[in-house]
Amino acid sequence: MTCTEFLKILDDVIDESIAAETRTEIETHLRKCGHCEVVLNTTRKTIEIYRCHEIYELPTDVSERLHTKIMERCKKSK
Amino acid sequence: MSTIQSVAGQVEQHPDVALVERVRAGDISAYDTLVRKYERQVFRIAQHITQNREDAEDVMQDAFLKAYEKLDQFQGNSKFYTWLVRIAVNESLMRLRKRRTGKVVSIDEDLKTEEGSVPRDFADWAPDPEQNYNQSELAEILRKTIQGLPQGFRVVFVLRDVDGLSTEETAEALGLSVPAVKSRLLRARLQLRERLSRYFGRKAAPAPAQEKRS
Repeated sequence: MTCTEFLKILDDVIDESIAAETRTEIETHLRKCGHCEVVLNTTRKTIEIYRCHEIYELPTDVSERLHTKIMERCKKSK
Repeated sequence: MSTIQSVAGQVEQHPDVALVERVRAGDISAYDTLVRKYERQVFRIAQHITQNREDAEDVMQDAFLKAYEKLDQFQGNSKFYTWLVRIAVNESLMRLRKRRTGKVVSIDEDLKTEEGSVPRDFADWAPDPEQNYNQSELAEILRKTIQGLPQGFRVVFVLRDVDGLSTEETAEALGLSVPAVKSRLLRARLQLRERLSRYFGRKAAPAPAQEKRS
Protein backbone atom coordinates (compact mmCIF):
# COMPACT_ATOMS: atom_id res chain seq x y z
CA MET A 1 0.00 0.00 0.00
CA THR A 2 1.29 3.48 -0.90
CA CYS A 3 0.67 6.70 1.03
CA THR A 4 -1.67 7.88 -1.73
CA GLU A 5 -3.70 4.70 -1.45
CA PHE A 6 -3.81 5.04 2.32
CA LEU A 7 -4.96 8.64 2.05
CA LYS A 8 -7.82 7.61 -0.22
CA ILE A 9 -9.26 5.34 2.46
CA LEU A 10 -8.31 7.50 5.44
CA ASP A 11 -11.96 8.34 6.16
CA ASP A 12 -12.94 4.68 6.14
CA VAL A 13 -10.07 3.91 8.51
CA ILE A 14 -11.21 6.67 10.87
CA ASP A 15 -14.85 5.59 10.62
CA GLU A 16 -13.80 1.97 11.10
CA SER A 17 -15.54 0.75 7.97
CA ILE A 18 -12.66 -1.25 6.55
CA ALA A 19 -12.75 -4.85 5.35
CA ALA A 20 -10.65 -7.28 7.42
CA GLU A 21 -8.23 -8.07 4.57
CA THR A 22 -7.50 -4.37 3.94
CA ARG A 23 -6.91 -3.85 7.65
CA THR A 24 -3.78 -6.03 7.56
CA GLU A 25 -2.42 -4.04 4.59
CA ILE A 26 -3.05 -0.81 6.48
CA GLU A 27 -1.32 -2.04 9.61
CA THR A 28 1.70 -3.09 7.55
CA HIS A 29 1.83 0.30 5.87
CA LEU A 30 1.50 2.20 9.16
CA ARG A 31 4.29 0.19 10.76
CA LYS A 32 6.75 1.46 8.18
CA CYS A 33 5.30 4.92 7.42
CA GLY A 34 5.56 7.38 10.28
CA HIS A 35 4.00 10.17 8.20
CA CYS A 36 0.77 8.30 7.56
CA GLU A 37 0.62 7.25 11.19
CA VAL A 38 0.86 10.90 12.25
CA VAL A 39 -1.78 11.94 9.69
CA LEU A 40 -4.14 9.23 10.97
CA ASN A 41 -3.64 10.01 14.66
CA THR A 42 -3.81 13.79 14.32
CA THR A 43 -6.88 13.63 12.06
CA ARG A 44 -8.58 11.47 14.68
CA LYS A 45 -7.56 13.99 17.33
CA THR A 46 -8.87 16.87 15.19
CA ILE A 47 -12.31 15.27 15.11
CA GLU A 48 -12.22 14.49 18.81
CA ILE A 49 -11.28 18.06 19.74
CA TYR A 50 -14.12 19.54 17.69
CA ARG A 51 -16.54 17.00 19.10
CA CYS A 52 -15.58 17.70 22.72
CA HIS A 53 -15.44 21.50 22.65
CA GLU A 54 -18.54 23.56 21.91
CA ILE A 55 -17.25 26.62 20.07
CA TYR A 56 -20.58 28.36 19.77
CA GLU A 57 -21.97 28.31 23.27
CA LEU A 58 -25.61 29.16 23.72
CA PRO A 59 -25.85 30.59 27.25
CA THR A 60 -28.87 29.35 29.21
CA ASP A 61 -30.52 32.78 29.43
CA VAL A 62 -30.25 33.29 25.65
CA SER A 63 -31.46 29.78 25.00
CA GLU A 64 -34.46 30.34 27.31
CA ARG A 65 -35.28 33.65 25.62
CA LEU A 66 -35.15 32.06 22.16
CA HIS A 67 -37.08 29.03 23.30
CA THR A 68 -39.89 31.17 24.67
CA LYS A 69 -40.02 33.17 21.43
CA ILE A 70 -40.13 30.03 19.29
CA MET A 71 -42.99 28.56 21.27
CA GLU A 72 -44.90 31.87 21.23
CA ARG A 73 -44.54 32.13 17.46
CA CYS A 74 -45.63 28.50 16.99
CA LYS A 75 -48.73 29.00 19.15
CA LYS A 76 -49.70 32.07 17.11
CA SER A 77 -49.13 30.37 13.77
CA LYS A 78 -51.98 27.86 14.02
CA MET B 1 -42.94 6.26 9.84
CA SER B 2 -39.25 6.41 10.56
CA THR B 3 -37.95 3.37 12.33
CA ILE B 4 -34.72 2.10 13.82
CA GLN B 5 -33.60 -1.49 14.00
CA SER B 6 -33.08 -2.82 17.51
CA VAL B 7 -30.29 -5.26 18.38
CA ALA B 8 -32.80 -8.08 18.62
CA GLY B 9 -33.89 -7.36 15.07
CA GLN B 10 -37.26 -5.98 16.09
CA VAL B 11 -38.34 -2.77 14.46
CA GLU B 12 -38.56 0.04 16.98
CA GLN B 13 -39.95 3.49 16.53
CA HIS B 14 -37.56 6.44 16.86
CA PRO B 15 -38.67 8.39 19.98
CA ASP B 16 -39.13 11.55 17.87
CA VAL B 17 -41.86 9.86 15.83
CA ALA B 18 -44.16 9.65 18.83
CA LEU B 19 -43.48 13.31 19.65
CA VAL B 20 -44.22 14.37 16.06
CA GLU B 21 -47.48 12.43 16.16
CA ARG B 22 -48.48 14.12 19.39
CA VAL B 23 -47.76 17.56 17.88
CA ARG B 24 -49.87 16.65 14.85
CA ALA B 25 -52.67 15.69 17.21
CA GLY B 26 -52.50 19.21 18.67
CA ASP B 27 -50.24 18.70 21.70
CA ILE B 28 -47.87 21.66 21.49
CA SER B 29 -45.98 20.59 24.62
CA ALA B 30 -44.55 17.73 22.54
CA TYR B 31 -43.10 20.31 20.17
CA ASP B 32 -41.60 22.10 23.15
CA THR B 33 -39.75 18.85 23.91
CA LEU B 34 -38.46 18.59 20.32
CA VAL B 35 -37.28 22.21 20.34
CA ARG B 36 -35.40 21.69 23.62
CA LYS B 37 -33.84 18.52 22.28
CA TYR B 38 -32.43 20.09 19.13
CA GLU B 39 -32.14 23.85 19.67
CA ARG B 40 -28.41 23.80 20.42
CA GLN B 41 -27.60 21.75 17.34
CA VAL B 42 -29.74 23.95 15.09
CA PHE B 43 -28.11 27.05 16.53
CA ARG B 44 -24.66 25.54 15.94
CA ILE B 45 -25.37 24.72 12.28
CA ALA B 46 -26.83 28.19 11.69
CA GLN B 47 -23.82 29.81 13.33
CA HIS B 48 -21.40 27.76 11.22
CA ILE B 49 -23.14 28.77 8.00
CA THR B 50 -23.98 32.41 8.70
CA GLN B 51 -20.92 33.08 10.90
CA ASN B 52 -22.99 35.70 12.64
CA ARG B 53 -24.59 35.32 16.06
CA GLU B 54 -27.63 37.51 15.44
CA ASP B 55 -28.38 35.72 12.17
CA ALA B 56 -27.94 32.34 13.84
CA GLU B 57 -30.47 33.29 16.54
CA ASP B 58 -32.97 34.41 13.89
CA VAL B 59 -32.38 31.30 11.78
CA MET B 60 -32.92 29.09 14.81
CA GLN B 61 -36.31 30.70 15.48
CA ASP B 62 -37.38 30.69 11.84
CA ALA B 63 -36.31 27.08 11.30
CA PHE B 64 -38.32 25.77 14.24
CA LEU B 65 -41.33 27.83 13.25
CA LYS B 66 -41.14 26.62 9.66
CA ALA B 67 -40.73 23.00 10.78
CA TYR B 68 -43.80 23.40 12.98
CA GLU B 69 -45.85 24.88 10.16
CA LYS B 70 -44.72 22.23 7.69
CA LEU B 71 -44.95 19.29 10.04
CA ASP B 72 -47.74 17.75 7.95
CA GLN B 73 -45.25 17.47 5.09
CA PHE B 74 -42.82 15.45 7.18
CA GLN B 75 -43.16 11.97 5.71
CA GLY B 76 -41.14 10.08 8.25
CA ASN B 77 -38.89 8.53 5.59
CA SER B 78 -36.01 10.27 7.30
CA LYS B 79 -35.34 11.14 10.91
CA PHE B 80 -37.06 14.25 12.20
CA TYR B 81 -33.66 15.76 13.01
CA THR B 82 -32.34 15.28 9.46
CA TRP B 83 -35.49 16.92 8.10
CA LEU B 84 -35.11 19.78 10.59
CA VAL B 85 -31.45 20.32 9.66
CA ARG B 86 -32.39 20.61 6.02
CA ILE B 87 -34.81 23.40 6.90
CA ALA B 88 -32.19 25.10 9.09
CA VAL B 89 -29.56 24.91 6.32
CA ASN B 90 -31.97 26.48 3.81
CA GLU B 91 -32.94 29.21 6.25
CA SER B 92 -29.26 29.93 6.91
CA LEU B 93 -28.49 30.20 3.20
CA MET B 94 -31.47 32.50 2.71
CA ARG B 95 -30.19 34.70 5.50
CA LEU B 96 -26.75 34.87 3.87
CA ARG B 97 -28.33 35.73 0.55
CA LYS B 98 -30.13 38.65 2.18
CA ARG B 99 -26.90 39.91 3.68
CA ARG B 100 -25.09 39.64 0.40
CA THR B 101 -27.93 41.53 -1.26
CA GLY B 102 -29.35 38.83 -3.42
CA LYS B 103 -26.13 37.09 -4.42
CA VAL B 104 -26.81 33.39 -4.96
CA VAL B 105 -25.45 31.43 -2.05
CA SER B 106 -25.35 27.66 -2.11
CA ILE B 107 -23.60 24.90 -0.29
CA ASP B 108 -21.58 24.29 -3.49
CA GLU B 109 -19.82 27.62 -3.27
CA ASP B 110 -16.05 28.05 -2.95
CA LEU B 111 -15.04 24.47 -3.52
CA LYS B 112 -12.44 24.97 -6.19
CA THR B 113 -9.61 25.02 -3.71
CA GLU B 114 -7.35 22.00 -3.55
CA GLU B 115 -5.71 23.35 -0.42
CA GLY B 116 -5.07 20.78 2.24
CA SER B 117 -6.08 17.75 0.20
CA VAL B 118 -2.51 16.48 0.46
CA PRO B 119 -1.00 16.54 3.96
CA ARG B 120 2.19 18.59 4.30
CA ASP B 121 2.70 18.86 8.03
CA PHE B 122 3.90 15.60 9.57
CA ALA B 123 4.86 16.84 13.00
CA ASP B 124 3.20 14.71 15.65
CA TRP B 125 1.08 16.46 18.24
CA ALA B 126 1.76 16.55 21.94
CA PRO B 127 -0.47 14.22 23.95
CA ASP B 128 -3.59 16.24 24.85
CA PRO B 129 -2.35 19.31 22.93
CA GLU B 130 -5.43 21.30 23.95
CA GLN B 131 -4.10 21.36 27.52
CA ASN B 132 -1.59 24.00 26.43
CA TYR B 133 -4.37 26.54 25.98
CA ASN B 134 -7.04 27.81 28.31
CA GLN B 135 -10.69 27.31 27.44
CA SER B 136 -11.23 30.65 25.68
CA GLU B 137 -7.92 30.50 23.77
CA LEU B 138 -8.79 27.02 22.58
CA ALA B 139 -12.30 28.02 21.52
CA GLU B 140 -10.81 30.95 19.58
CA ILE B 141 -8.29 28.67 17.81
CA LEU B 142 -11.01 26.16 16.93
CA ARG B 143 -13.37 28.89 15.70
CA LYS B 144 -10.73 30.66 13.62
CA THR B 145 -9.56 27.39 12.12
CA ILE B 146 -12.95 26.10 11.07
CA GLN B 147 -14.07 29.51 9.83
CA GLY B 148 -11.22 29.42 7.33
CA LEU B 149 -12.69 26.38 5.61
CA PRO B 150 -14.95 26.77 2.57
CA GLN B 151 -18.57 26.73 3.72
CA GLY B 152 -19.38 23.51 1.85
CA PHE B 153 -16.63 21.67 3.74
CA ARG B 154 -17.39 23.24 7.08
CA VAL B 155 -21.05 22.21 7.11
CA VAL B 156 -20.30 18.63 6.06
CA PHE B 157 -17.70 18.33 8.83
CA VAL B 158 -20.05 19.74 11.47
CA LEU B 159 -22.98 17.52 10.53
CA ARG B 160 -20.95 14.37 10.09
CA ASP B 161 -18.26 14.65 12.77
CA VAL B 162 -19.62 17.01 15.40
CA ASP B 163 -23.33 16.20 15.16
CA GLY B 164 -22.75 12.54 14.37
CA LEU B 165 -25.10 12.23 11.37
CA SER B 166 -24.34 9.36 9.01
CA THR B 167 -22.95 10.06 5.52
CA GLU B 168 -26.39 9.31 4.05
CA GLU B 169 -28.18 11.60 6.52
CA THR B 170 -25.66 14.39 5.87
CA ALA B 171 -26.23 14.00 2.13
CA GLU B 172 -29.98 14.17 2.64
CA ALA B 173 -29.82 17.19 4.94
CA LEU B 174 -27.65 19.13 2.50
CA GLY B 175 -29.21 17.89 -0.74
CA LEU B 176 -25.86 16.47 -1.85
CA SER B 177 -24.87 13.08 -3.25
CA VAL B 178 -23.16 10.56 -0.96
CA PRO B 179 -19.87 10.71 -2.97
CA ALA B 180 -19.91 14.52 -2.68
CA VAL B 181 -20.29 14.28 1.10
CA LYS B 182 -17.47 11.74 1.30
CA SER B 183 -15.08 13.80 -0.77
CA ARG B 184 -15.83 16.97 1.18
CA LEU B 185 -15.50 15.24 4.52
CA LEU B 186 -12.03 13.93 3.71
CA ARG B 187 -10.86 17.33 2.55
CA ALA B 188 -12.45 19.10 5.51
CA ARG B 189 -10.80 16.74 7.98
CA LEU B 190 -7.40 17.08 6.30
CA GLN B 191 -7.57 20.85 6.05
CA LEU B 192 -8.56 21.20 9.70
CA ARG B 193 -5.79 18.82 10.76
CA GLU B 194 -3.25 20.75 8.73
CA ARG B 195 -4.34 24.08 10.18
CA LEU B 196 -4.49 22.81 13.76
CA SER B 197 -0.97 21.39 13.38
CA ARG B 198 0.28 24.97 13.52
CA TYR B 199 -0.96 25.17 17.09
CA PHE B 200 -0.68 21.60 18.30
CA GLY B 201 2.30 20.19 16.36
CA ARG B 202 5.51 19.45 18.16
CA LYS B 203 8.47 21.02 16.45
CA ALA B 204 9.72 17.63 15.36
CA ALA B 205 13.17 16.84 13.95
CA PRO B 206 13.17 16.16 10.17
CA ALA B 207 11.75 12.72 9.44
CA PRO B 208 14.25 9.94 8.81
CA ALA B 209 14.92 9.03 5.15
CA GLN B 210 13.01 5.73 5.29
CA GLU B 211 9.89 7.61 6.30
CA LYS B 212 9.70 9.46 3.00
CA ARG B 213 6.26 9.29 1.48
CA SER B 214 5.67 6.69 -1.21
